[in-house]
Amino acid sequence: MISKILSPEFGHFTLALACCLAGAQFIVPLMGAKVKNNRLMALASPLAWGQFMALTLAFACLITAAVTDDFSVLNILQNSAADKPLLYKITGVWGNHEGSILLWAFILALFGAIVSAYSHHLPLSLRAKVIAIMGGSAAGFELFCLTTSNPFLRVWPAPLDGQGMNPLLQDPGLAFHPPILYMGYVGFAVPFAFAVAALLEGKVDAAWGRWVRPWTVLAWALLTCGIALGSWWSYYVLGWGGYWFWDPVENASLLPWLTGTALLHSALVVEKREALKIWTILLAIGTFSLSLSGTFLVRSGILNSVHAFASDPARGVFILLLLAAISGGALLLFAWRAPNLTSTGIFTFFSREGSIVLNNILLCTMAAVVLTGTLYPPFVQLINGQTLSVGKPFFDNALIPIALFLFLVMAIGPVIAFKKGNIQQTFKTLSIAAGLSIICTIIAFIYLHQIFPSLATGLSIWVILSACSDFIRHIAFFKTSLGNSVKRMIGLPRAFYASYLAHIGVAITILGIVGMAASQQKIVEVPINTTIHLAGYDWTLTNIEDRQGANFIATEAVIKISKNGKVVTWMFPARHYFDRQKQVVTDVAIHTNFISDLYAVLGDSKNSTQSTPLFVLRLHYNPLAPWIWMGGFIMAIGGFITLTDRRFRIGTPAQRKKVKEA
Amino acid sequence: MKRKTKRLWIILGSMASFAIAIVLILSAFSSNLVYFKAPSQLINHPTVKGTTIRLGGMVLANSLHYSHKDQTPTAQFQVTDGQAAIEVHYTGILPDLFREGQSVIAIGTLDKNNIFTASEVLAKHDETYMPKEVADALRKSGKWDPKYGPPPDAATWDHMTQPK
Repeated sequence: MISKILSPEFGHFTLALACCLAGAQFIVPLMGAKVKNNRLMALASPLAWGQFMALTLAFACLITAAVTDDFSVLNILQNSAADKPLLYKITGVWGNHEGSILLWAFILALFGAIVSAYSHHLPLSLRAKVIAIMGGSAAGFELFCLTTSNPFLRVWPAPLDGQGMNPLLQDPGLAFHPPILYMGYVGFAVPFAFAVAALLEGKVDAAWGRWVRPWTVLAWALLTCGIALGSWWSYYVLGWGGYWFWDPVENASLLPWLTGTALLHSALVVEKREALKIWTILLAIGTFSLSLSGTFLVRSGILNSVHAFASDPARGVFILLLLAAISGGALLLFAWRAPNLTSTGIFTFFSREGSIVLNNILLCTMAAVVLTGTLYPPFVQLINGQTLSVGKPFFDNALIPIALFLFLVMAIGPVIAFKKGNIQQTFKTLSIAAGLSIICTIIAFIYLHQIFPSLATGLSIWVILSACSDFIRHIAFFKTSLGNSVKRMIGLPRAFYASYLAHIGVAITILGIVGMAASQQKIVEVPINTTIHLAGYDWTLTNIEDRQGANFIATEAVIKISKNGKVVTWMFPARHYFDRQKQVVTDVAIHTNFISDLYAVLGDSKNSTQSTPLFVLRLHYNPLAPWIWMGGFIMAIGGFITLTDRRFRIGTPAQRKKVKEA
Repeated sequence: MKRKTKRLWIILGSMASFAIAIVLILSAFSSNLVYFKAPSQLINHPTVKGTTIRLGGMVLANSLHYSHKDQTPTAQFQVTDGQAAIEVHYTGILPDLFREGQSVIAIGTLDKNNIFTASEVLAKHDETYMPKEVADALRKSGKWDPKYGPPPDAATWDHMTQPK
């Protein structure tokens, strides 16, 4: 019944309707702002909600088609099959080009609706302009979806069964990774819309900084989660024991993260000190442009190969035009209007603002390095036809020195006061942390014998300890009674806890990365009942058996892990054979105790003709590996805590007055 | 500090950071660019020994076998572009999509006996995809044009076609 109402044609119609509503959402409020008509401007919010509802229906139609196995829809035919588990029928909707564009547009509309729901305290004309800009970008993507990547196309006659999904994508991690990552990417559309609206208004002040910051933090936290999930997925699905491969798709997510982190900090300076305004506007435009170009250039194949571009010229040209319109238009407006914005806040070099300027310079330099490394291979290919690749060694050599300097500054920055810092006071707060960190660096060097990993270890500890020292200073621990300290602890704004957590999260991720560099691995080809020794553990292959999975056949190994004769755990690495795609997918077994991972992969058994069959196993011992993702989630939690800070929940009196004026 | 002095400091800081980034990028480029070579290119224009390259082509049919040392298997197979074939040794688990007669990319170095020791072997991501570099190399060697359907069976392209 539902599938009759939510038919693909209805989905196609609602998508077109959403596109029209988004167009109106762009034009009507801007016209209203131009002729100073409050009623036209007030239309922004209902239009945003209408567009969101229409897209929700369109999305529901596509999911209905996927769940009910409607193979007359080309997109479902190519990416689904009747025997696919229900969860993956739903999540498979965004596992392909057309569906992911629809998801992108849907999330953009969702953010548009959320912004209009939570922006009643904004001046009417600013609010109208912000929502209009969001509508304008949404209209572009919906038009792109309709004209070049329509997910609702039908085929006739409808085949009985679909072609199935790439088995690698049949995984819970990957099911939720794209929506969260996209929410991060698309979330930066909100600061972008605020930046463009501020340029149109010709005014950037502390209130603007306060309004734009929660949206930036939200997008940043979601993007952090998305990147961490993606990295975790490649760690446990691809089965190489690697977690980051520096391929263009990953770099495309790292670029907006780096500039978004810079934006997060510079928006703070706008809010507190009304300085760095022009720079913050530029960062907001740049971050969203990187989100856009990253996802779309990579997904359309331009970055990976210049030739894939020619395979579907319509898509590529449309994407380039869209990018030119959104980013180019915003930059033109920036060039025209930005010189009128003046900063009032003055600060010395040794101040919180100064440290944030340094943070911004370093983060943007890192982004420039990543961008160069990503764009250089296609560029060379275009110039002289030579194929080359830029991999981990390049990024390691170029990024690590900058990153280490950033960690050094990152620990000091939050301790310095705004406007004019006190060098002696800062030194006093951090002296114990500095001493302990230097000792840790030396100890790390004795064990690791390498300069960069030991420095990274020491600096991570430095970041953690300085956050602790700052906390102790703020609650006056040891200086006053315990009850007083607890009282201060409760009174401390949540934004403080958020920043401590985010910084500690970065340090934990770095410690995880350093630990991973010391991982041990062993590849063996052994018969059943053999024991292998690795990293102090005894790994015994006790059995190998076949069993039937949902839409695959699994060959599963049973490995007993023991240490000093005591059984620690059992691990079951497997290989899943998908008959439809004639493809084998490795199912890695991981045992974690949150300090280190035991990681086992079952390989191909080729010598099964022998009397005692041999099985290939690859065993890893990955110290501190779980910290890489734990750090990422701690950073994100920090971000979410900022959102609950009372300064963002209730407007300050100054802000309320402004609303009344408007 | 006056606003002009402050701005000067910020600009100087950015420039210095930019300069350092350029130096880091160039020095990293000079030693870490990995070029792609097809087997015939590698045989005809041998690179400096010990330089890391990406070798790409098709795995020659019936060329895959294993040798063992201390229970650790080493896969040995030949990679061909139809004009020349190179022996590749790889210690590790070959990717799930590794097949004889299909495209592959091996990252590693060539030693003086013309044996390529791979540190990493990449197979295509799915059935229908061939690494672009491999497709280009095959096109250049005149063995296959993607326009005319799927790639030929590797067993049919004997490396005997190599020019004498």
